[in-house]
Amino acid sequence: MTEQAYEKYYVPDESPWPFVGAVALFLIAVGAGNFVIEVSKDKEGYGGWILTAGLLVLLVMLIGWFKDQIEESRTGLHSNQLGGSYRQGMSWFIFSEVMFFAAFFGALYYARTISIPWLGGASNNAMTNEVLWPTFEAAWPLISTPGGETTEAMGWYGLPLANTIILLLSSVTCHFAHVGLEQENRKKLTWMLGITILFGIVFLFLQVEEYIHAYTQMGLTLESGVYGSTFFMLTGFHGMHVTLGTIMLIVMFFRVLKGHFTPDNHFAFQATSWYWHFVDVVWVMLFFFVYIL
Amino acid sequence: MSTVAEHSHDDHDHHHHAPSGIKRWLYTTNHKDIGTLYLWFAFIMFLTGGAMAMVIRAELFQPGLQIVDPNFFNQMTTVHGLIMVFGAVMPAFTGLANWLVPMMIGAPDMALPRMNNWSFWILPFAFLILLSSLFLEGGGPNFGWTFYAPLSTTYSNDSTALFVFSVHIMGISSIMGAINVIVTIFNMRAPGMNWMKMPLFVWTWLITAFLLIAVMPVLAGVVTMLLTDKFFGTSFFDAAGGGDPVLFQHVFWFFGHPEVYIMILPAFGIISQIVPTFSRKPLFGYASMVYATASIALLSFVVWAHHMFTTGMPVATELFFMFATMLISVPTGVKVFNWVATMWRGSITFEIPMMFAIAFIVLFTLGGFSGLMLAITPVDFQYHDTYFVVAHFHYVLVTGAIFSIMAAVYYWLPKWTGKMFDITLAKWHFWCSLISVNLLFFPMHFVGLAGMPRRIPDYALQFADFNKWISIGGFAFGLSQLIFLALLIKACKKEGEPVSDRVWEGAEGLEWEQLPSPAPYHTFETPPVVK
Ligand code: HEM
Ligand SMILES: [Cu+2]
Repeated sequence: MTEQAYEKYYVPDESPWPFVGAVALFLIAVGAGNFVIEVSKDKEGYGGWILTAGLLVLLVMLIGWFKDQIEESRTGLHSNQLGGSYRQGMSWFIFSEVMFFAAFFGALYYARTISIPWLGGASNNAMTNEVLWPTFEAAWPLISTPGGETTEAMGWYGLPLANTIILLLSSVTCHFAHVGLEQENRKKLTWMLGITILFGIVFLFLQVEEYIHAYTQMGLTLESGVYGSTFFMLTGFHGMHVTLGTIMLIVMFFRVLKGHFTPDNHFAFQATSWYWHFVDVVWVMLFFFVYIL
Repeated sequence: MSTVAEHSHDDHDHHHHAPSGIKRWLYTTNHKDIGTLYLWFAFIMFLTGGAMAMVIRAELFQPGLQIVDPNFFNQMTTVHGLIMVFGAVMPAFTGLANWLVPMMIGAPDMALPRMNNWSFWILPFAFLILLSSLFLEGGGPNFGWTFYAPLSTTYSNDSTALFVFSVHIMGISSIMGAINVIVTIFNMRAPGMNWMKMPLFVWTWLITAFLLIAVMPVLAGVVTMLLTDKFFGTSFFDAAGGGDPVLFQHVFWFFGHPEVYIMILPAFGIISQIVPTFSRKPLFGYASMVYATASIALLSFVVWAHHMFTTGMPVATELFFMFATMLISVPTGVKVFNWVATMWRGSITFEIPMMFAIAFIVLFTLGGFSGLMLAITPVDFQYHDTYFVVAHFHYVLVTGAIFSIMAAVYYWLPKWTGKMFDITLAKWHFWCSLISVNLLFFPMHFVGLAGMPRRIPDYALQFADFNKWISIGGFAFGLSQLIFLALLIKACKKEGEPVSDRVWEGAEGLEWEQLPSPAPYHTFETPPVVK
């Protein structure tokens, strides 16, 4: 590090937002905990309300925090070094998300290559099969569980394939939006960003269609054995990330309309686009390991 | 718009003293304030978790069931473990990182100060949820800190949902804290502070932060699967649906083993700072320490199944994990060797931090040896789930991680407050802790080898004598910590002799050489010169 000119690193003053955010997470956790109990046990309670309150407080916090942040950035308090901190922070955050998905992919591989074959008697488990479920035969997709649940397997053509194409295209348009921003071509930026958002929304719409189809026509649910569990948990968490990504893109869209971002100061935009590419990569993995293989 | 800029500029000019009132602590963005919050929080949790340990030891004082009912006993062992791991050891290390990393690398603060405050303040709430679940109908979590399925799914009570979400918050807190540390170290080193000049505490924390970001999300994943298995009918851990309860253990320990290194690597860093100071010699083998830390971290990803030798894995798997585990003791051995070599022919003095550091080296190594015994697969078939395992991990965690935290507090406290702590009390604290901790944990090896199972409120008569002494050791260790509490309160009231800037004769590094004692509220607003 041999920088000559030293820019002051901006250390913000006291801020109420982190504490507000802590209260929000507290309400969300208490609310979600109780909500889960109430929903699954058909009980009465306030879980849902506490959860909603928590989400509202979180929203207030996010708006307040980002407002401060945007103002600081636009008044030039942020040095390049600070920009570096944000970028690195975002990259590590995405890495943590990768590891979160890795846990679920790990569960998927384990079920496919270990637990199901073993239940079928593979390796040194002949007696497992004999004693527990002698009629069970290992297969993937597991359309008939040892316990006797049956379901249908989700094919990869049709909606999933369409969704793959949509998401891949959206990654391309997102990239072009970024290029537009760097070339100071605001029209390209706005259009490409708008199209990306549209793709995101269509993806989510089709995903919901697929879920409805699975639940109503195929008997494929969260409860249909480990195939259903991994299918819905992986695609479901991915869908949640797409939702979040789409919201982020929409916020960026409005900021672009307000004239925010310059070729060398657009961390928020860049972070959003990284996030979008990440969500895209996860989908490609999903498409291969959940749908095709 | 420009008012914002002006406002914060002149604020900076007068805000060399700390603001006051409760808002200072709730809204702070200062790494020292946040470090203090973390450290006090960790200490309060240490006492809370300790109180639960006292309940456990009271029940085990004699054979038979006498004081608490078995379900409550299980809740105590569970919550004791969770609090000590996530509430005491990890936050204490994060608190030390907050205080020390910016001062050691010549940075004005942590890289992301507001997020820093957020990561702290969600922690007390997480533990509020966890602790309050103890008072719910049916009680709190009772399935052990490792919450194995199906204990935590089929056989657990509804408060499990609250447990899951409180673990989520702890995880979010650790991840944000780790991101902050890692970004600070990557991005905010003063000019000249190149990688191989970084103090070892910074190095070890850098690697710890990487481990945290890599495995805390996996913990989040496993508690989520548990939640949906229990409440929404998924079959991750249910063989009838094609899943496997052993899958739980794989995912948990993929998090869990790196987690134990998360709790010991910063300790290695602390000891590597303290030993050279009081030996008045530079650290022996600095580069090998860095490489050893990195290899330990990498290896820690491929040893997880040594916690699962008795689950019926194929023999080849057992062997792989046995050898991989034993391999870790090589870099660990390098470290112990280097500390001893640093002391070799040094002009050693035995100030309080050094006493804790030496106790650490001896007793942690003992814990490492029992770990090696446990790593031998066929032998572990005998030792698994006995008090021998309890002895192992308390040697590495209490006389390892916790002793290192105490060493660190004694070492840097004068720099933080500008006053020497009460040395008489500190000596009492050290000797009482040292003797009682061994009375507490050493006999656990014997009862464990003889087959006393862990996590059971009753035991066979032949274990009675040892258990009586273990409990006495436990109470004594618990009481000894009150001496520490008294000492800390006195230190926070700024009682004591003023100290010099260097504090300890042989101390080296930016915080001793370039900062006054006490360290000012804002340090290094312009980066220092690193030689
Ligand atoms: C030389 C290095 C080490 C080796 C070879 C080793 C080996 C092992 C083995 C094989 C077990 C499983 C025993 C069983 O359940 O049957 C174990 C348990 C454990 N170890 Fe270590 N260990 C080492 C260092 C450490 C360190 C440094 C820590 C933490 C700071 C640690 C913390 C633990 C904990 C908490 C458990 C028990 C987990 C539980 O079941 O509740 N170990 N160790
Ligand atoms: Cu381990």
